Amino acid sequence: MDSNILVLSSGLQSSIQDLGRKGFRCFGVPISGAMDKYSAILANKLLNNDEGLPVLEMTCSGSNLFFEDETFIVITGANLSPKLNGEPIELNLVHKVKSGDVLSFGKQIFGARTYLGVKGGFLTETKLNSRSYFQGITEKGKIEKGDRLQIAAYDPEFHASASKLKVKKSHFTTKKLEVTKGPEFNRLTKRHRLILFKREFTIDALNDRMGYQIKNKFPTIENSEIITSIVIPGTVQLTPSGKLIIMMRDCPTTGGYPRVLQLTDIAINQLAQKRTSDTFRFELESSFNFLERLINRFKD
Amino acid sequence: MNKYKLRFKPYGSIAILIEWPKEINRDILKNRILFKRKIKTEMADYILDTVPAYNSLTVFFDTSKIKYSGVVKKAKEIYEMKYKDLKLPYKLWKIPICYDESFGIDLNEMAKSRNLSKEEIIQLHSSAIYDVHFIGFLPGFLYLGGLPEEIHFNRKATPRQKIVKGAVGIAGGQTGIYPRESPGGWNIIGNSPIDFFDVNQDRPCFTSAGDRLQFVAVDKSTYEKILGKVKAGTYIIESKDYGQ
Repeated sequence: MDSNILVLSSGLQSSIQDLGRKGFRCFGVPISGAMDKYSAILANKLLNNDEGLPVLEMTCSGSNLFFEDETFIVITGANLSPKLNGEPIELNLVHKVKSGDVLSFGKQIFGARTYLGVKGGFLTETKLNSRSYFQGITEKGKIEKGDRLQIAAYDPEFHASASKLKVKKSHFTTKKLEVTKGPEFNRLTKRHRLILFKREFTIDALNDRMGYQIKNKFPTIENSEIITSIVIPGTVQLTPSGKLIIMMRDCPTTGGYPRVLQLTDIAINQLAQKRTSDTFRFELESSFNFLERLINRFKD
Repeated sequence: MNKYKLRFKPYGSIAILIEWPKEINRDILKNRILFKRKIKTEMADYILDTVPAYNSLTVFFDTSKIKYSGVVKKAKEIYEMKYKDLKLPYKLWKIPICYDESFGIDLNEMAKSRNLSKEEIIQLHSSAIYDVHFIGFLPGFLYLGGLPEEIHFNRKATPRQKIVKGAVGIAGGQTGIYPRESPGGWNIIGNSPIDFFDVNQDRPCFTSAGDRLQFVAVDKSTYEKILGKVKAGTYIIESKDYGQ
């Protein structure tokens, strides 16, 4: 007998995500995977799951979910006021749910993306070695009302630790995103670089799993296109019209604009927890001294 | 295989970006593919993935096993080595395209903007041989080289919200086939009934970088017949092997 969760309402953009679809980029297939990998992995660790098991990612508004079968769950990431049968429940703590329980969400307290992990993980369709939803690879790009999401069978052996894990608030509130220089960083003049590292940037309403656009207008550069080359999650592209776009987990595999900066994976996770109108600064990573030296050595 | 002066750059802290001179041609394509193969075999212990584009190859490595400097050093060594067998066998695929007006919705406007007839555009497009440089942008979207200069057309000023699956387009010096429905600004000249991406195959694309394509003009009834076979999974794309 399959165990399932019935979707009563989906929320804005909710999808099953694991740590991504690897090895298919040479066919043009995006990596995908949880936007905030840190929170997704944390959910699995608390459940004593493999860290790469699929979780449900919900964005700014949560789903209403009916548990047809019992299981253990944990909520990590953004605080969207989770409730079990109408009663508030804590984040980062394993809860046992019974058949017939309803998980719902309320007010957005902090962060943008919340993760629901279940013991043993979700068992939705696998395509190209991953269960991460991506329209055109998987049947759907997001979950919909009426979907029945298969989960692993109840594990009676599992004993959840009762201690609650403390997650640093800075993961959600930091104003500094760590970056390294992108492949075309050297096309920027001194003035561009000064603006890039001194100015506070604001997130545009155009932000999703594919990319985050930045509201501030950035001065254009002379040599404003490149021969189509690879982009990866965290790549900051500068368009000919002076728009900075930060690629996220569902980004296309290639692009044609100069890649001026590259977010570290931690910074991608932190950005994934930011929403429209949030502000931040780019900070050049300093711990990678060897990398720094190499960047200088291979200057254009 | 050290034919070119390559540049090695870090890409974040997880990959190296190897760049060839800023040109698009088959010789660079061949050199890039051969280098990729050697990297994949000789550095298999710590290479996670390689992703090509026109004149670049990005090599993702396991940061727990090797540092950036180690990958660059080894890659440079491999590039400098002399190899006996540097042949690149490839397939030439015959891709049916229907240039009927119902599909080639921009043909009239394109012909009008130049001193060319629609037939001449179709003739030029279907007589060239194209190189598959890499697959990117969308799953199964082939980046092709070799579009005749007479039929280079700028992108449309206003992109369309919806371009249908199979649409064959021209944008600047590029031609390509939309593997699925997508918005886009390319000039649409026809449609191909072939599936360029099948998610249920282990290798979701039948072709890969280094192969060549030739477009074969077919009428609408042939198009429909082929489409029927493609949907039934019984169509075999005509191809020929070359050992070059």
